[in-house]
Amino acid sequence: MAEPRFDLVVIGSGPGGYVAALRAGQLGLATACVEKYPTLGGTCLNVGCIPSKALLDSSEHFAFARTQAAAHGIRAEVSLDLAAMMKRKDGVVRDLTRGVEGLFRKQKVTHVQGVARITAPGRVEVEGPEGRRALEAQRILVATGSKPVALPGIAFDGRRIVHSTDALSLPEVPRRLVVVGAGAIGLELGSVWRRLGSAVTVIEVMDRIVPGMDRASGDSLRRALEKQGLRFVFGASASAARVEGDQVHVTVSAGETTREEVCDVLLVAVGRRPYTDGLGARELGIAMDERGRLEVNEKFETSVPGVFAIGDVIRGPMLAHKAEEEGIAAVETMAGLPGHVHYEAIPNVVYTWPEFASVGLSEEEARAQGREIAIGSFPFIANGRARAMGEREGQVRILADAKTDRILGAHIVGPRASDLIAELALAIEFGASAEDVARAVHAHPTLPEAVKEAALAVAGRALHI
Amino acid sequence: MAIEIKVPRLAESISEAVLVEWLKPDGGRVGVDEPVATLETDKAAVEIAAADSGILRHARRPGETVHVGDVIARVEAAPAGEPEAPAARGGDNGGPAERAGEPLPAGRPQVADAERVLSPAVRRLVDEHGLDPARIAATGKGGRLLKEDVLLHLERAGRPEATSGAAAVAPGPASEAAEAPAPPAPAARPPSPATPTDEDERVVPMSRIRLRIAERLVRAQHTAAILTTFNEIDMSAVLELRARFRESFEQRHGVRLGFMSFFTRACVLGLEEIPELNAEIRGTDIVYRRHVHLGVAVGAERGLVVPVVRHADGLGFAEIEREIARLAAKAHAGTLTLDELSGGTFTLSNGGVYGSLLSTPILNPPQSGILGMHKIEKRPIAVDDQVVIRPMMYVAVSYDHRIVDGEQAVTFLVRVKERLEDPERMLFEV
Ligand SMILES: Cc1cc2nc3c(=O)[nH]c(=O)nc-3n(C[C@H](O)[C@H](O)[C@H](O)COP(=O)(O)OP(=O)(O)OC[C@H]3O[C@@H](n4cnc5c(N)ncnc54)[C@H](O)[C@@H]3O)c2cc1C
Repeated sequence: MAEPRFDLVVIGSGPGGYVAALRAGQLGLATACVEKYPTLGGTCLNVGCIPSKALLDSSEHFAFARTQAAAHGIRAEVSLDLAAMMKRKDGVVRDLTRGVEGLFRKQKVTHVQGVARITAPGRVEVEGPEGRRALEAQRILVATGSKPVALPGIAFDGRRIVHSTDALSLPEVPRRLVVVGAGAIGLELGSVWRRLGSAVTVIEVMDRIVPGMDRASGDSLRRALEKQGLRFVFGASASAARVEGDQVHVTVSAGETTREEVCDVLLVAVGRRPYTDGLGARELGIAMDERGRLEVNEKFETSVPGVFAIGDVIRGPMLAHKAEEEGIAAVETMAGLPGHVHYEAIPNVVYTWPEFASVGLSEEEARAQGREIAIGSFPFIANGRARAMGEREGQVRILADAKTDRILGAHIVGPRASDLIAELALAIEFGASAEDVARAVHAHPTLPEAVKEAALAVAGRALHI
Repeated sequence: MAIEIKVPRLAESISEAVLVEWLKPDGGRVGVDEPVATLETDKAAVEIAAADSGILRHARRPGETVHVGDVIARVEAAPAGEPEAPAARGGDNGGPAERAGEPLPAGRPQVADAERVLSPAVRRLVDEHGLDPARIAATGKGGRLLKEDVLLHLERAGRPEATSGAAAVAPGPASEAAEAPAPPAPAARPPSPATPTDEDERVVPMSRIRLRIAERLVRAQHTAAILTTFNEIDMSAVLELRARFRESFEQRHGVRLGFMSFFTRACVLGLEEIPELNAEIRGTDIVYRRHVHLGVAVGAERGLVVPVVRHADGLGFAEIEREIARLAAKAHAGTLTLDELSGGTFTLSNGGVYGSLLSTPILNPPQSGILGMHKIEKRPIAVDDQVVIRPMMYVAVSYDHRIVDGEQAVTFLVRVKERLEDPERMLFEV
């Protein structure tokens, strides 16, 4: 039987893969997308961005109802129905993953279920529920994403010692939760369970939370989280863990000293590794770096001609929107269009409350590059809308070149920082100056006024402080 | 439906080119046959025109190498109800300066408008300093002017802004920037006579074509040993012949009888006698040509182009005039193909049309000779010891002294002179 021939076979249906497939369909390429799981959407839709945000929003409502509603003059008896909360989350995931199926139909993308293996350039073998089949492809796009990494000596058991996927569906609220890793995933899931009642300790090997993001902003987020009851242990790591009965005994080592923490659940969120198991990449000789990421050129082509890669499986931040943009750029380049990803303007968000959103250079990065910078900062406590909402935490920090006034970076800790950062990402994308943002009219009273004031503050002209 | 704009077959043996620049912005409107992009091979630059009118969508970026048949852009049908793009072409680099003058249909905002929308800080700066934004080199996305572009412009003009964004407003109580409240920037001060100001200078980035011309000319100066020899021609006989046959020639051949055919014939005959001027140096060899492919310099809006009259040695007067007219029209429309622009072996340059009395033409490498014509002027000269007034033209031949001897160049020019002063010689090829 003749094998089906495609212009493009995408392996993986995460935000990188499915968006690339949609764009390819839109451009008229005969496209197939292979996904090993029955549902589409990859890590992000199934066990990442979406379910975590669903739980963050639900748990935030719960925390609000318990701790802040009264201040708004709302009195109610509040209790938690964890099963209902989980069901709602699963519903959101189901709706969105089905949505991707619908989008595939619309763009005429062929959905193939099974584990894909590249056997030769232009040839993909799929081991699926209906047996094995081969696909012929003019081009192959690898978007196989990433998987959580374990700590040496600490094996996941899926119940007591877990990674992010399990932590999104714990059957009950752990009394004590220890999180290893104060990155975005650790802080977000730590927040979820803290709000629902867990005593949460976060262990971080560095001396601060979200290492790599703007330090002053990170410190202000840490203070806010500490007020909510999260406990942080810095300069330490978990070196061993054993389950005894219903409890986990975690050995926490800091330098020479070790200590034991006892908890009900240990969440290891120390990072993710590129996932290429069973893909045949090594056998094919696709070049990888020392961290197992597929190496690509500016067209996202790997060392094997005709095989491309994007998303978590290549270099760069592991973010859904980064994977999406790369998917689009890769496909557009294949189609002879000028595809491009602007890596300097990729926003990065930690969805705690307050949220922490960044784009561009951090203060440390700007200084390390020897740039002269002017910083404008404006606290939400001085923003009318934030006060009306009852929000007092955080601030907007804008970094601009001291000479040209061009915005180099922006770091927001505060309510809806995830939404506020979009304005500054656009500003950086267009090479805007702080003055440009300061002179644009912002509606009153809104949170974005804090962005405008921070932009004014770059020139020492903030008005409302 | 979108029409594709593909890289045409550029020339024999040329399969790739570099997309040098877009002459029309992405999303901009184009008219039929309007040039949209410049491609460049190692031989010459060519403009690619739109085959249909509509909205241009770029498919490739400047700097990319493209091959014959590649789609470089698409032209989409313009939304109904909107007027066609004005067919008038912008000048030099199609920059905002020119575009600003184009009439824009009222109502809906236009893409071309985008270049003129200034960011708030830029708006403030140009107002405050009385600048013309069209005269400031823009480096932002889609050709937009950034605040830093204006600051650089001011700095170059010797009028730097005092602090970032401080403007002429006194700084308010600052949060983090409070340590050093900057003094308010001085209001735009009158231009000091010592430093060049915006009124004195206009800074415009060189267009790619201009850059390319500059590069070539400098290369010619560096590689060849260029010398020039001059002479003057009494044009009485040519003028007389031309007046006599002008009408019948035009009736018969459908093209005007100009001077170019006379000069072409005279050069062809001269080159047969002095083949070095029609030769080129290739490594350590001298390559002589069996034919004369005559480059004719034409001043088009975007700069000088030199289309080539192929096998000029085999053409009669009418054929020469017709071919030159055809090439000149294409040069002005910007539709010359690479084939038409490459392969010249000798060049004829008419500075006379601009009124030049005398100039030294510069070689088109790898050619070894170029003849410069100038304007015809009535001057008193001595003929048979009598002062008479004659229509005179100075002519100049620049040559590569590495392969052409001075004597040969002088002889060539004398032969051209003799034949033009006594055109019957051309009839008998003497
Ligand atoms: C808890 C959590 C929260 C997160 N929150 C955010 C967030 O808020 N914002 C954000 O930007 N990012 C977030 N991320 C990161 C984000 O999920 C990833 O960056 C993103 O999913 C990467 O997309 P991708 O397409 O590269 O890979 P993935 O989404 O990992 O998708 C890869 C897909 O390929 C499939 N696959 C792999 N190998 C094969 C094979 N051989 N054959 C067939 N199929 C295969 C996998 O099954 C998977 O479905 C979060 C991650 C986690 C874990």
